[in-house]
Amino acid sequence: MSIELLISLAVPVLLIVVGRLVGARIERKHLQSLCEREVRFRDQPALSTKHSGTTTAIRSASLVTGSVVISIDHFKRFLGAFRMIVGGEVRSYSSLIGYARREAILRMKESQPDADAYINTRLETSTILNASRDEAVGTIEVLAYGTAVHYDRGP
Amino acid sequence: LILTNIDSVPGRKLVRHFGLVQGSTIRAKHFGRDFAAGLKNIVGGELKGYTELLQESRAEATGRMIAQADALGANAIINVRFTTSSIVQGASEILAYGTAVFVE
Repeated sequence: MSIELLISLAVPVLLIVVGRLVGARIERKHLQSLCEREVRFRDQPALSTKHSGTTTAIRSASLVTGSVVISIDHFKRFLGAFRMIVGGEVRSYSSLIGYARREAILRMKESQPDADAYINTRLETSTILNASRDEAVGTIEVLAYGTAVHYDRGP
Repeated sequence: LILTNIDSVPGRKLVRHFGLVQGSTIRAKHFGRDFAAGLKNIVGGELKGYTELLQESRAEATGRMIAQADALGANAIINVRFTTSSIVQGASEILAYGTAVFVE
């Protein structure tokens, strides 16, 4: 009886500990890769406006998309659940969503890496519901889409 | 067929409007993928199986929208929008819509 109780307590705690250790490493690596890749696209901005703001004529335009499904670890989910009791900003979630958005924008750019700008960029966020458990919190999809344009550089 | 999400095709003159075209698909999650995602949920990070699943669905929805525009005789779709909604648990609908036009 007491062994059963011990196991039922140990499993969630173990998941939280594993989440804390592995999750933090995954997140750190992701942030590092985001920073490295963003530098490459410094001069090819993603704009939320419909016009690129230059007088240069546009040679070609095409739709580009980039998306990512991302989830938080058990430790952060635990922190989030705790935060729901006391209120305030749920920082463990906002960092996740921020990274997901940056990743989606990067993938959009990488789908057409030679464009001069990505105009009218839009971001869509949706939650993914889990069929097996009622654990909808923590898994989100971010979609970034826009129009990749090439400027006309003359003959 | 040119797709843009702005209200014109840069450098081309708009000749004719054909109105709204749309394509959508509802996808249920795959059991195997769901199981793998459940494991990945412990440590967080990207769930690649779902990323692919949703990308495929979006390509499917876009394909259907393009087929509709093609049937109308359009050669471009402007102002393309994407939306995702959860209809029931474990399934999501992806919709792509835009305005079919003919450009020079």
